Amino acid sequence: MPEEIKAHITGVVFQIAAKPGDRVAAGDAVIVLESMKMEIPVEAPRAGAVKEIKVQEGQTVQEGDVVAVLE
Amino acid sequence: MFGTVLVANRGEIARRVFRACKQLGLKTVAVYSQADRGALHVRDADTAVEIGGAAARESYLNAERILDAARQTRADAIHPGYGFLSESARFAEAVQRAGITFIGPRPDAIRRMGDKIEARRLMSSAGVSVLPGSSGAVADVAGAEAIAREVGYPVILKAAAGGGGIGMARVDKAPDLAAAFAAANRRAQAAFGTGDLYVERYLERPRHVEVQVFGDEAGAVVHMHERECSIQRRHQKLVEESPAPGLPAATKAGLTAAAVAGARAIGYTNAGTMEFLVDERGGFYFLEMNARLQVEHPVTEEVTGLDLVLAQLHVAAGEPLPWPQSAIVQRRAAIECRVYAEDPAKGFLPSPGTIQTLELPSGEGIRIESGIEAGSTVSVHYDPLLFKLIAHGATRAEAIERLAGALDHCVIEGVRTTIPFLRRVVASAEFRQGRVHTQMLEQGAFNA
Repeated sequence: MPEEIKAHITGVVFQIAAKPGDRVAAGDAVIVLESMKMEIPVEAPRAGAVKEIKVQEGQTVQEGDVVAVLE
Repeated sequence: MFGTVLVANRGEIARRVFRACKQLGLKTVAVYSQADRGALHVRDADTAVEIGGAAARESYLNAERILDAARQTRADAIHPGYGFLSESARFAEAVQRAGITFIGPRPDAIRRMGDKIEARRLMSSAGVSVLPGSSGAVADVAGAEAIAREVGYPVILKAAAGGGGIGMARVDKAPDLAAAFAAANRRAQAAFGTGDLYVERYLERPRHVEVQVFGDEAGAVVHMHERECSIQRRHQKLVEESPAPGLPAATKAGLTAAAVAGARAIGYTNAGTMEFLVDERGGFYFLEMNARLQVEHPVTEEVTGLDLVLAQLHVAAGEPLPWPQSAIVQRRAAIECRVYAEDPAKGFLPSPGTIQTLELPSGEGIRIESGIEAGSTVSVHYDPLLFKLIAHGATRAEAIERLAGALDHCVIEGVRTTIPFLRRVVASAEFRQGRVHTQMLEQGAFNA
């Protein structure tokens, strides 16, 4: 079952930490957001392979936006 | 004195400096990013210049744009506030080269205090005690291991170019050192452009106590007593007060003497702060020097009745310090709370958004320094400080009662704030008894 990973805060995409095809463990950072001078990782909720990254570095995302999809 | 002062900052601190300028009859210039077009600090100034995009590097960190704005408005002095370019020696130099006065210390003092290893070495040679640790940058993990073995675990790794807790890591035992070193090195490299690290012994349950210092161009240096700033999250202060409750007289005398000696050793001019850690036995160690006006300066102003920003303007204009040491007395008690757009229920995660409702307290012994109003947008691009609430009284108990009442009267809708957390701090037995240390939050104190 594919699973969407959503941003838990509003911020600017600071870093894409995983690319499509990468295997991640639960708790691994998939992307890192920057908000109010803090870097905040958006973590994989479970282990799996990254199917799609939906954002680019520098892009602003709102809380609840889908940033990536797990296979 | 100057004719026109440009403030290279935003929010409450820009407004604070404008207020002082107006008292002296000086013209004021605001700079602002596209995100701050409707901001209060822009309206406060006589003239305002848009300097670039919302991202700080395009605007408030863009030295060229700021200098262009200063030339265009014929400003003859620039106040950097805190954060942004305030501790950039290169910016201070560029300001001077443009024939404009930088309201702050000399560039070489900024540079030497900005290099935390150099600052540690300088203070040590001025007779100020520092924590046991490396005398310079450690080249690699093996070098860090050798120092850690010598001073004993736990140790803390710190970035030479550090600040704000970035690139800092506590290491409890030797097997953890390699991974912590790599991570701290990477983070320091990304944030500061240099990955240099140094090692210090890690103190358990220390207090953070700092001393306000002030120097003038003739070489006079005074201290303005201490501030207790132990309640922190991610090495960032949340509550500050003066006098520091329960600080032994000998420790206090040692701290102020060390701060003045340290400032003299580097020929420090204008306002600065020497930060120390104080251990459970009253021993103290130099942490770093902030070569600028600090967020928590109103605490010192309320306690002493003296205006630090006015003094900054006078001293930057080449005048002597407005007060001798004997006139700087702790007459009252004052406590500051920083109200941030952060959610204390979620580990202080940022909470940007639009302020829908804002009701701020007022009354005897209450001072507010705010950069926001109802309708303000709290942007992801900047520091989350919304406003500072300062309560003061004849005694600490009176200041606490006023603070508790004021916190109960704050109403903010639209973003989550640190107010629920601050109310718990002020109600706690630990805070009321002055039993505070820098690791309280990590240890779960003040949890809901």
